[in-house]
Amino acid sequence: MNKQVAESEKCYHCGTEINGTGYIADEKEFCCIGCKSVYQILSARDMCSYYSYNDSPGQAQLQTAVNLDYLDEPSIVSKLTDYNDEQVSSITFYVPGIQCSSCIWLLEHLHKFNKGVVHSRIDFLKKQVAITFRNQEISLKELVMLMISVGYEPLISLQDVVKEKKDSVNRSLIKRIAVAGFCMGNVMLLSFPEYFGMAEIENQFRILFGWMNLAFAIPVTFYCGREFFQSAWAGLKHKIINLDAPLALIIAVLFLRSAFEIISGSGPGFTDTLTGLVFLLLMGRWVKQRTYSHLSFKRDYRSYFPVAVTLIREKDEVSLALEDLKVGDRILVRNNEIIPADAILMKGDALADFSFVTGEAVPIPKVLGEILYAGGRQLGEAIELEVIKPVSQSYLTSLWNNEAFTRPVKETSNFNDSIARYFGIVTLIIAFTAGTYWAFTGDSVKAWTSFTAVLIVACPCVLSLSTPFTLSGILSIFDKHLFYLKSPNTVEQLAQVNTLVFDKTGTITSPDSAEVNFTGDLSDTDKLLTASLARNSAHPLSQKIIQKIRTGFYLSVLDFKEIPGKGISGIINGNLVKLGSPTDPRRNNSSAGSAASHLEVNGIYKGYFKIGQYWRSGLRSLFDDLAQTNELHVISGDNEADKEKLSMIIPNGSEMHFRQSPLSKLNYVKSLQEKGKNVMMIGDGLNDAGALQQSDLGVAVTDNINTFSPACDAILNGKSTTKIPAFIRLSKDALNTIKASFIISGTYNIIGVYFAVQGLLSPLLAAVLMPLSTISVILFTSAATRYYAAKNHLL
Amino acid sequence: MNILYLLIGCSILLALGFLAAFFWAVNTGQNDDMETPAMRILFKEDVPEEKEGER
Repeated sequence: MNKQVAESEKCYHCGTEINGTGYIADEKEFCCIGCKSVYQILSARDMCSYYSYNDSPGQAQLQTAVNLDYLDEPSIVSKLTDYNDEQVSSITFYVPGIQCSSCIWLLEHLHKFNKGVVHSRIDFLKKQVAITFRNQEISLKELVMLMISVGYEPLISLQDVVKEKKDSVNRSLIKRIAVAGFCMGNVMLLSFPEYFGMAEIENQFRILFGWMNLAFAIPVTFYCGREFFQSAWAGLKHKIINLDAPLALIIAVLFLRSAFEIISGSGPGFTDTLTGLVFLLLMGRWVKQRTYSHLSFKRDYRSYFPVAVTLIREKDEVSLALEDLKVGDRILVRNNEIIPADAILMKGDALADFSFVTGEAVPIPKVLGEILYAGGRQLGEAIELEVIKPVSQSYLTSLWNNEAFTRPVKETSNFNDSIARYFGIVTLIIAFTAGTYWAFTGDSVKAWTSFTAVLIVACPCVLSLSTPFTLSGILSIFDKHLFYLKSPNTVEQLAQVNTLVFDKTGTITSPDSAEVNFTGDLSDTDKLLTASLARNSAHPLSQKIIQKIRTGFYLSVLDFKEIPGKGISGIINGNLVKLGSPTDPRRNNSSAGSAASHLEVNGIYKGYFKIGQYWRSGLRSLFDDLAQTNELHVISGDNEADKEKLSMIIPNGSEMHFRQSPLSKLNYVKSLQEKGKNVMMIGDGLNDAGALQQSDLGVAVTDNINTFSPACDAILNGKSTTKIPAFIRLSKDALNTIKASFIISGTYNIIGVYFAVQGLLSPLLAAVLMPLSTISVILFTSAATRYYAAKNHLL
Repeated sequence: MNILYLLIGCSILLALGFLAAFFWAVNTGQNDDMETPAMRILFKEDVPEEKEGER
């Protein structure tokens, strides 16, 4: 029964806490109209087992209606679908809302809602659903509307994780690991008799086992180990000795010596070492390839911009794909839509929210004839615009033409590769010295064996294993703290950071969790009236006002009106209540600013609600902590309004810059790099995209991992911003762990080389030494990683 | 001891069979999604129709 009580306080659909909003259906409480309507749709279809697999499996339904007309346009449909013929179409959607088994169940039963859906299949980790449907019975637009109606809005974009089509698992690598593992197992078994010695009668098997081992070594060398030769050769062509060069040399030497010994019958060869080495190396590769299949680190403005825009022609309106938009086109932008290109306002009142584009926190009103820059979000009524620049040449999007985006890959100073060079040279010197020594003493057999043995035993396989294992261990610790790195190599970049550049809006402030404050005098009656009115609106500000007031019960509203951008009004108990833009426009010019919501009861002005600029908690200690070892900069596209507050939080000596354009942010980071700094840029919006790309480590901060974040090296959840110093410390510790593991493996190498230079290395010793050093190093790195994570309070 | 020739041959053939099966599984994409099938198997088959039968 306790469970029942607990449930009744939370929304039956999405689990959000109910503040007595009282949306009730079938004795179940819901937090908002959206959740209730999804429930009603499901219960009407007898689909309520959706709720039986998990408690409150849905997502909060706060989004406002979107315009989907463009999904009827055949040219757009053909771009979005994977397959299209006269009867059947198939499409893959990215649905951020997928989070539990109930979601799988519901989306895979879409055919129960509409017979036109043939088949739908979810990939849970990628948050993707592949749907095949009969396009005569259900159109793409109807399909998307169906998904929205059950609470799963797909994120439709022409450039997203779905379109990248990345393989989460590299099939070819897995096959090579399988072959190497198979051969290794067999070679080990066939080598055992040799280790323990064979009786005279068993000697007949010795030759057979040797030849079989050689047969197993051939696919391991030429199929599984191929990539090491290719990579080493590619490096040598550019006159670089990478880590694969000594590995390729060792694989080659192991194979040649084994083949020589087996064919000439002079010994058992080192096939067990060879197969084990290749297997372990491939495992390291596999660990290194780990990525997050549902996150995209490559997005540009195209994922943020709409797929299509509404074009106004002489008589009608049509949807037009964004890339077909031309200069001089007249377009319609509705409430909450994004302005797709730089354009002149031709009709209507524009109130554009540029916070994501320029970092300005407050929406800006624009009048007829003014230029609106691409990327702004229109709040309020629908406006008509005339395009003056192509989409790719706009103020914001031209940022992507900067050379920072055309550079092929960031140059990373890989610690391993720099070690590999010396390692290879030292090994070769020892091998040649040993070989020549024995050659001078006249023992040509020993010269050959010692030369090859040194190369075999000095194997840098630990080098290529300890790094991926340590770094991917760090990656999974970060991931528990909602910090997602693009690849294990990014940890090394993080460790080298000494300068941090912060964006302001959305990065150190967070608009979503802001508090609403009321300025003016609000009586209890007014509170009740306001809450009753706001309850009817799905606007985020209305929801925040209800949370703020919390009256617990509500009055019924007559004649409720919601005018986008203007506000809401209604008659409650005979009182006319208005919430939104003030009737008297002079009030707008007061300290309230344009983002406030003004309250009027029966024409009497009461005051206004305003979302406060919310600073993330723990900023002070975050900055103090970071300033100890790093240089700090704050760079914002916003005005200086917050400068005083900011200078109280940020330590003295840190630089602050305001009114920065996206391009000047990029150039700022560049100028820091030219002074020899390793810059970590922390930003959130499109205006930071250039700086994120230019910096040595670009971190995109977001409060919802599934929403848009610009191209970057890492994605950080806003809640974990305060943990940045711990992340940096842990990454430095990780590099120390790797260095320490080199010492451990070096000890084994010295023991091995001691025997090898004397020409005394037996296959048994080699076969024991190699796995022993590997296992001890992997154990050491995982233990050290856990220790350091605990030390940095990240476990 | 000569039986060993046969036994080793058989065991390697058997292992090769498993290796081939693994290749087939990888090539047909059975390892691409390791998560969803594990959840899917827990769903009851067409729950609403069963309820109708009970009534």
